[in-house]
Amino acid sequence: MIPKLSADILHLDAEAVAQRLTARLRFEVGQTLGKRGVSLGVSGGIDSALVMMLGVRAMGPKNVVALAMPERESSPDSLELARELTQAAGVELIVENISPILDAAECYRRRDDAIRELVPEFGEGWACKLALGERGGYQITNVVVQAPGEAPRTVRPTARAYATIVAASNFKQRTRKMLEYFHADRMGFAVAGTPNLLEYDQGFFVKGGDGLADVKPICKLYKTQVYQLAEYMGVPKSICSRPPTTDTFSMPQSQEEFYFSLPYPQMDVCLYALDHDHSAAEVAEVIGLPESQVMKVFSIITRKRAATRWLHMAPIAIEAD
Amino acid sequence: MSIRDQVRTFVEENFILHGSEAALKDADSLMDTGRVDSTGVLALVAYVEETFDVEVGDDELVPENFDSIDRIVRFLEQKQKETAA
Repeated sequence: MIPKLSADILHLDAEAVAQRLTARLRFEVGQTLGKRGVSLGVSGGIDSALVMMLGVRAMGPKNVVALAMPERESSPDSLELARELTQAAGVELIVENISPILDAAECYRRRDDAIRELVPEFGEGWACKLALGERGGYQITNVVVQAPGEAPRTVRPTARAYATIVAASNFKQRTRKMLEYFHADRMGFAVAGTPNLLEYDQGFFVKGGDGLADVKPICKLYKTQVYQLAEYMGVPKSICSRPPTTDTFSMPQSQEEFYFSLPYPQMDVCLYALDHDHSAAEVAEVIGLPESQVMKVFSIITRKRAATRWLHMAPIAIEAD
Repeated sequence: MSIRDQVRTFVEENFILHGSEAALKDADSLMDTGRVDSTGVLALVAYVEETFDVEVGDDELVPENFDSIDRIVRFLEQKQKETAA
């Protein structure tokens, strides 16, 4: 029988889950992968903080290497939070400034050229971000730009400019992953990935970037559960109370703006309900949205899954046979 | 070439994948059949703006105008009528 849907359906027995995840992580890293520890990027966000704490509990702080990888557009808070987290857990923090690598790859230049196709005056000192906009049934991602001292302007991108902005921004995630593997190789460690269930399910990651890892300890935890478990495992309050952000663009950007159409607690319930055969009417009652909107969210979830299926695929080995 | 033929050619050249055998009917939803995503819609808009010299306002960027070949053709015919008037 399907249990009745309720707002606390995703509530965990935190200690039991922590025990199971750490035992499994220790086993997979040691026995399956044959490694001594894990390397991971710590962004100052809650997902990477929880993965780090699980790694510490599973293998001890000496077998975890945490990397902060800021670049010139990162929020300064991110590095401070990473320091606070690693100090509290006794983990070594290595700071790698990735701006020179991104400059060499022309990440910023390629992105800014694409923005200038839309806003020719975009230049030095301006800030930018992508933000999801609803347009009568289409979810179109807009480009938001802001000149120094002026109000932000929202622009509908062309497909070519949008794809180039995303492709250039992906250098950031891929550069970070390259460094995580450098330190993993150096230490004989595996790389731990940090996507949660919502991101993993909906393909909210860059293939070969934050989607690449040897082990993904929290990819079956809903974001709501990540918060609960992080708090239980002693992740600093400053991280637990920070609103989620992608920290990919020079203007502050929430994850809802970039990818998700609803705040994560509501998205979690929708995703759970869709996968456990609950109706849109039940969800509507629990999260306080109209049934028609829940049906639309169900449809977005299903479409995103189909559109991002290739991100999960291993390379396809083609044989002539 | 008629508007319909031009739109159809663009859709076939840009959104029909290699190995996709099912023929696309003019009335088929481009979103529901998985052929066009939200980035694809932007490509469609750029195409109609450049090829047919029309401007697509934000309020016109809706599935009613872009979600099938039939709808795009209808939208373009309407726009041309408005311009002519």
